[in-house]
Amino acid sequence: MIHLRERSAQEIRADFPIFARPTSRGKRLVYLDSAATSQKPQSVIDALDTYYREYNANIHRGVYEIAAHATEAFEAARARVARFINCAPGELVWTRNTTESINLVAYAWGHANVHAGDTILLTELEHHSNLVPWQLLAQRTGATVRFIPIDERGMLVLDGIDRLLEGCKILSIAHVGNTLGTIQPLDTIIPRARAAGALVVVDGAQAAPHLPVDVAALDCDFYAFSAHKMLGPTGIGALYGRRSLLESMPPFLSGGDMIRTVAYDRTTFNEPPWKFEAGTSNIADAIAFGSAIDYLADVGLGWIREHEKRITRYALERLMTLAAHGLVVYGPKNPNHTGGVLSFNLGDVHAHDVASILDTEGVCVRAGHHCTMPLMEKMGWHSTARASFYLYNTEEDVDALALALEKAARIFKL
Amino acid sequence: MEDFYRDYILDHYRNPRNFGHLENPTVSAEELNPLCGDVIRMELRVDGDGIVRDVRFSGKGCAISQASASMLTESAIGMPLEAVARLSKDVVLENVGIGISPTRMKCAMLGLRVLKTAAIGSLAAWPDEE
Repeated sequence: MIHLRERSAQEIRADFPIFARPTSRGKRLVYLDSAATSQKPQSVIDALDTYYREYNANIHRGVYEIAAHATEAFEAARARVARFINCAPGELVWTRNTTESINLVAYAWGHANVHAGDTILLTELEHHSNLVPWQLLAQRTGATVRFIPIDERGMLVLDGIDRLLEGCKILSIAHVGNTLGTIQPLDTIIPRARAAGALVVVDGAQAAPHLPVDVAALDCDFYAFSAHKMLGPTGIGALYGRRSLLESMPPFLSGGDMIRTVAYDRTTFNEPPWKFEAGTSNIADAIAFGSAIDYLADVGLGWIREHEKRITRYALERLMTLAAHGLVVYGPKNPNHTGGVLSFNLGDVHAHDVASILDTEGVCVRAGHHCTMPLMEKMGWHSTARASFYLYNTEEDVDALALALEKAARIFKL
Repeated sequence: MEDFYRDYILDHYRNPRNFGHLENPTVSAEELNPLCGDVIRMELRVDGDGIVRDVRFSGKGCAISQASASMLTESAIGMPLEAVARLSKDVVLENVGIGISPTRMKCAMLGLRVLKTAAIGSLAAWPDEE
């Protein structure tokens, strides 16, 4: 990755037009919900705008100039996203988002390879998107879903993993947990899963935006992620798949663009990745995803990771000063083991009330179960508030969060 | 929104009225707010004349849903069951006395939806969507 120059978060913030607008109450926008979706830099917005203004055309078929331009930009974006996670462009399938990527594997590979009595192994802290598709696959096939347990800090308990992996057909695991931000020890788990003969699927929705990801080094079979959490637009995501698997597995959706020849009674399919991209693709958003990757690569994932560690460490210190008001932070509390995510509660105040009061100060946090209802139930939390950090967040944002929490404590007389 | 958290709202949140369960409720219902996973249960005792004599609510949720439900139980006691079934969102808005932001309207209306569901005998519409 080319590291052009070190930039400050303050300079980076200026590239995001949304931060130039005050909230309706005239407050500075303090955006601490990047784990839900990230903000977009001007370059990504421009990429969308330029495509629609200058070369909007369908891809892979037009012979005219703007169609060729669109096809070239679309495939160049694929190549940039592929390079970003160290795979070949032919191993990178466009999808709508992480959820669709995981569903593609569960339907296409799962339907052909999972049978009654097989085991699908997940962990206890998966997002619903890496749980429900496997539950449905298990129901369709008669397979069983099992879970790698977590301890009270939200860390995986790996003592019994080899037994759990016995006869396991699929291991599907989040690279970084979305509720507690825990970075999972994939270096330890993936070799053991592969040795046990399991297919390894990684949900990278919370990792690809924040950590350098190298799918070749991870040695996973599939890696799923979304553009909108990494400065790109909504509606476009990607799935890395090992080339041999993409070639051997059946298609997911079918129709135009994914075929080679069609007769009334039979069809031969296009080669990967197009075999998995039925119908007109999300051309504009794929191209803008490429621009988001350019932006991230320019700043450097190493810088982003270190910046998030600094901000998370500072936030932990600032929030500790609110312990007297009943503020509790959940999870590992060690920025070396987590992405830039902090889940917390304030005394007996419900997380939604906390989020509503923070909103009056322009501070955006997520509140609720974070699409991890089984995890919340297991940990005995009804709901939590979650602040998540990204490259554009500053210490000033953390100070605003702490001040807004003090206001909430005051209102609720804590 | 900050105006919402007035003393009487916080009082109903921390000291909910008619909280708990009835021995043999005549009708009851339970419902989830899909936004946050909050759950409220309402149990009603109705006498032979069709008058609601007692109400208990239970569940866990934010100050807005809990205080609204708590105040609603006080409104419903003594009302004909038929009138409870026809209650509009105004009863909640009058009880809380101040504006609720659109994003939190579902929280405020959860108790009313559950109460009406119990009175009607089938799932009531979200009162803010009627």
